[in-house]
Amino acid sequence: MNKVTFICSILLAGILTNNMVLSKFLGICPFLGVSKKLNTAFSMSVAVTLVMVAASAVTYPIYHFLLYPKYAYLETVVFILVIAALVQLIEMVLKKYIKPIYNALGIYLPLITTNCAVLGVTMLNIQNELDFVSSLFNALAAGLGFMLAMVLFAGVRQKLDDADIPEFLKGLPITLIAAALVSLSFLGFAGIGG
Amino acid sequence: MSNNFKTFTNGLLKENPTLRLVLGTCPTLAITTAAINGIGMGLAATLVLVCSNVVIAALRNVIPDKVRIPAFITIIAGFVSVVQMLVKAFTPSLDAALGIYLPLIVVNCIILGRAEAFASKNPVLPSLLDGLGMGLGFTAVITIMGAVRELLGAGTLFSFPITSRFISPMIIFLLPPGGFFVFGILVAVSNGVAKKQGKKPVERLGCESCPSKEMCANAAKISGEVADNE
Repeated sequence: MNKVTFICSILLAGILTNNMVLSKFLGICPFLGVSKKLNTAFSMSVAVTLVMVAASAVTYPIYHFLLYPKYAYLETVVFILVIAALVQLIEMVLKKYIKPIYNALGIYLPLITTNCAVLGVTMLNIQNELDFVSSLFNALAAGLGFMLAMVLFAGVRQKLDDADIPEFLKGLPITLIAAALVSLSFLGFAGIGG
Repeated sequence: MSNNFKTFTNGLLKENPTLRLVLGTCPTLAITTAAINGIGMGLAATLVLVCSNVVIAALRNVIPDKVRIPAFITIIAGFVSVVQMLVKAFTPSLDAALGIYLPLIVVNCIILGRAEAFASKNPVLPSLLDGLGMGLGFTAVITIMGAVRELLGAGTLFSFPITSRFISPMIIFLLPPGGFFVFGILVAVSNGVAKKQGKKPVERLGCESCPSKEMCANAAKISGEVADNE
């Protein structure tokens, strides 16, 4: 398979068939917690995508030039610390130089440090033995997939507010069952892109 | 003594991390395709939780308040690496089944949440019991959930055929939608029981005991979701 088709298949898989939230269950907290309003869901996903791509760009050289093969077991410790530091750094840089973006996304950045989707993507990059460019595209696809799931689900939840829900399902249970139905619809994409 | 016992049972029932605090949702949904995975994941997380609670409780007067979260994460990540190597060495089949979710214990909010809410404020012994109770509570719930999904989705229980000979299994329960659905029903049942006992049902995710609660609350306030957080 040549490079372009490979990257296209990564993008398709990340956004549709192997969606971060709906089929890998990574980043469930923001998916259920911050998806009540469409604009919040969108801003949060932009911030997540940004951090995912940046984290992949930073962890790739660290793993391949510093850790592998002698200290590969330090992957977990090093990655989580690098991501935490990176998020802080992005926050400071945005605050100092790109004020409008900071105003829109700044409040979401600290939440992302302990988000399993970000750590998950960097680890999947290593596990699937992707090269540098593919890693970046994998992170981008995961972020866009996260965004698609968040935005779709925010729409579903706004409808849910007006629905007549049985007493015992009110609150979290009906949210989870709605998520099950959204996830079911994504099963329809299985098989696309090989 | 009775106080210590209360700390232990607190995590098992009253403040069950999965059903009452609703923390650690990602592994709860992801790896519960078989009951045995639930036990494996639960025990691995319990081990990390007990060890990190003990160390954090012992160091609680040494760690400066301002850098406590990074310090906690480093301690937790250390123990996760230990557990990861143990599982890889002694139960490779479990390692294959849990895959990436094993190292992701490091970002499981139950562990950071207990470090923040309990171990950083209490002595070593209660913290150990709190970790043990919370860990076993988590193990029990994800094992039950794994058993339900395995029984409905594959017709087996701990790999023994139960209904697979009479009823063709509903594979959908092993797929992602089944995870969301079964967990939704479990939370509904647990809410029903809580209501009977006069407690408040869980309306939303476990923000109360989440380490990043304040940041979330700020984010929600700025973006106008205040009413939602009441």
